[in-house]
Amino acid sequence: MTQVAPASASTKSIGEVLLKIEDVSLSFGAVHALSEVGFEVRDREILAIIGPNGAGKTTMLNVLSGWYGPDQGGIVFKGVRRRRLRPHEAATLGIARTFQNVALFKRMTTLDNIMTGRHLKMRTNFLDHALYWGRAEREEIAHRETVERIIDFLEIEAIRKVPVGRLPYGLQKRVELARALAAEPTLLLLDEPMAGMNSEEKEDMCRYILDVNDEFGTTMALIEHDMGVVMDISDRVVVLDYGRKIADGPPDRVRADPAVIAAYLGVAHADA
Amino acid sequence: MSETNRVALADTIPKMLAHNALEYADRPAFREKDLGIWQSWTWRQVYEEVRALACGLRAVGLKRGDKISIIGDNRPHLYWVMAAAQSLGAVPVPIYQDSIADETLYVLDHAEARMIVVEDQEQVDKVLSVKDRVPRVEFVVYRDARGLRHYEQPFLRTYAALVESGRKLDVTNPAVLDAEIATGKGSDLAIILYTSGTTGRSKGALLTHDNLIVTARNANQSEHIHADEDVLAYLPMAWAGDHIFSYVQAIAAGFTVNCPESPATVMNDLREIGPTFFFAPPRIFENILTQVMIRMEDAGWLKRQAFKYFMAVARRCGAKILERKPVALVDRLLYAMGQVLVYAPLRNVLGFRRIRRAYTAGEAIGPDIFDFYRSIGVNVKQLFGMTEASVYITMQPDDDAKPDTVGLPMRDVEIKISETGEVMFRSPGVFKGYYKNQEATVEALTADGWFRTGDAGFLAPDGHLKIIDRAKDVGRLTDGTLFAPKYIENKLKFFPNIKEAVCLGDGKPYVSALINIDLDAVGNWAERQGITYTSYTDLAGRPEVYDLIQANIERVNRDLERDPNLAGSQIRRFLILHKELDADDGELTRTRKVRRRIIADSYGMLISALYSDKSHIAVEAKVTYEDGRAGLLKADVAIRKIELADVPVPLWKAS
Repeated sequence: MTQVAPASASTKSIGEVLLKIEDVSLSFGAVHALSEVGFEVRDREILAIIGPNGAGKTTMLNVLSGWYGPDQGGIVFKGVRRRRLRPHEAATLGIARTFQNVALFKRMTTLDNIMTGRHLKMRTNFLDHALYWGRAEREEIAHRETVERIIDFLEIEAIRKVPVGRLPYGLQKRVELARALAAEPTLLLLDEPMAGMNSEEKEDMCRYILDVNDEFGTTMALIEHDMGVVMDISDRVVVLDYGRKIADGPPDRVRADPAVIAAYLGVAHADA
Repeated sequence: MSETNRVALADTIPKMLAHNALEYADRPAFREKDLGIWQSWTWRQVYEEVRALACGLRAVGLKRGDKISIIGDNRPHLYWVMAAAQSLGAVPVPIYQDSIADETLYVLDHAEARMIVVEDQEQVDKVLSVKDRVPRVEFVVYRDARGLRHYEQPFLRTYAALVESGRKLDVTNPAVLDAEIATGKGSDLAIILYTSGTTGRSKGALLTHDNLIVTARNANQSEHIHADEDVLAYLPMAWAGDHIFSYVQAIAAGFTVNCPESPATVMNDLREIGPTFFFAPPRIFENILTQVMIRMEDAGWLKRQAFKYFMAVARRCGAKILERKPVALVDRLLYAMGQVLVYAPLRNVLGFRRIRRAYTAGEAIGPDIFDFYRSIGVNVKQLFGMTEASVYITMQPDDDAKPDTVGLPMRDVEIKISETGEVMFRSPGVFKGYYKNQEATVEALTADGWFRTGDAGFLAPDGHLKIIDRAKDVGRLTDGTLFAPKYIENKLKFFPNIKEAVCLGDGKPYVSALINIDLDAVGNWAERQGITYTSYTDLAGRPEVYDLIQANIERVNRDLERDPNLAGSQIRRFLILHKELDADDGELTRTRKVRRRIIADSYGMLISALYSDKSHIAVEAKVTYEDGRAGLLKADVAIRKIELADVPVPLWKAS
């Protein structure tokens, strides 16, 4: 593209530590999925978690979103230390996520799917909704406006009324991102946002991730296999291998790290 | 009528806009779907915004005669920028929003644009990538700030800031802009529209307010277009058609221009708006019809049967009813039933519920598609227009639309056919020339104001203009008979069985054709007939398939026969090619246009056989497979002769 457009990473200000993982370990039976993994996510940063298959990336994300409670260690989010987060706590605290395999309501329209992302923000009760007119109506209009801004932002106007089950995979991924954004999260967890996409869809998705980060200041932790994508968009990379953290740093440094190369290529560096 | 007098007094677009702000004050002028809701602006609001914009542009230095470029999808704000520039006597130069950077650079440079107004980041990036090569550009104004927060180039301005500063100026001293608007006159240059030339660099057509306004008023009057129309502005703003339909005509008549939410939502927005006045190239009408057919296939049995039955009724009498011609009472009743059960719901689904006129132009429309729309009550008409004519040249009357003509000359338009068969016209809409291209201007425009269209055609006995081909492609048979290859090929290709057709005849004693069958359509037919085949080559050589294609060709011949100018160019001999014409073999361009020279080279043997007495010929052909391997295909290609009923002596021959 152009030489003049400044990379968003260079001008944005990465802030304080938003989330801290403290020596988290988690085993499933004899399998040590995570062993004493610790790292930090800073405000407004895009952090990539990478690693070979079975390295524990998705498990890590599930711990962050409260799906799994760690056997040891703890999570400090916005300065409060917890042994584990429950999923609803995580959501209330402003952590939203997307899934590796798209987890949308297939028969609902794009719009309705995204509206479900507003659920936690709704204050009206069952009775209000039964009556609809008045409070519930006003609330729905307000939420719909937020949702429409997200639709506009992610450029999915054309599929607003289409049941998501009928959409191509790349678009479903975008709808999932939209739903996660509807919760107005502080921290957004993306589990392989580009899996199964063609290169054009990947490029679009990268653009949206950078734009969301830039426009809304959303902090992001993402798992991704496409190294090109990871190196391009993330501010920092954490590398896991067999449940252990083997590297943590800016993309360029991580790329050159002998331990990382060894983990990916499966050979030991004799001279390392 | 004092009302029309006052309108007639307005000789520039900004003056008409000022008039509309009084006359149609609170009626909707523009609508745009934003955040899922149709937002609208009244004529009064539009005029105020245009004034504010004009003052803002003036404050940053835009002067009379300056060029200001506009790049973006159809947005009300971008139309207003045009009007604001015109209020100052500056000249808008819209650029196709999907042009590559190079093409954009060419136009910016050639037009000597001083400012550029764009929609969003995509266009800003494109402009920035060429900015250092267009030093004349002083400011780039954008409307949608998304993604542009970190852009710190000093020449970037936001639309909002421009309007804001302008509004203050207009409030404190409105006389300044009033004087600017009053200074403008009809003979001033209103716009430069760059034609997307098929060959060479695009040329900037200079159009004055007089050109545009007279043409638009004539069209509005003869087509009965009033202030209550709705139009959907979805074709590129840089294209003359959109400029006339959604800008000049809208301002002249005071009707509402609706801008879609995004290019991807056009079909949806079409349905929500239900325009009364609509233009689409034949391709779009075809796509819509295909979608209908696909969805009908999925419908239940009862619906399918009803659709089939009433479409047959419509085919029989629908067009006649639309044209208010006599129809038998039984058919009239059946059509009324069909109206309730099929046609009206269908029109509604398509977004054509309120349509009064739908236009098409640009290329030939398939007769089936044309008849389909007219038969269900959509008044589709063909017109012939060009940028250099301020669009309108000829138009089909409501009650006399045919798939193969482009209609009668519009009001104040004169048509003549040159000795070489080229269509020429003269009208108040004829442009002032190509910007900084005297050579092209002199070539196209005669001293007494006639414009050479470059299209070959003739006036049919009923006065309708028929366009047959590009003038340079038209040839002659050895006896001097006119031969328009594309015209005949298009007629052939409208049959679903025929995928490609190449007609030969220039410098030959008669016309012959090479046919490519459509494997899907003919294969399907063969299956139903119980004809087995192994490959394309096998199927193409079947005598039954030859019979099928011959029947199609005979129908084309009958069509040609009716036309005294073309009767001599009926197809005498044809063959079905043993392989499909393929872009990989260089026979077609990537956009599927036939490359005549390559075909003449590689099928030389077949062509000479067509002009001999042979009834078949053995051939070998090199084919390139998808993986790049080359293979050899052997076949024995049959040649069919078609007996012509009594060829009339051509009335029109070259002297």
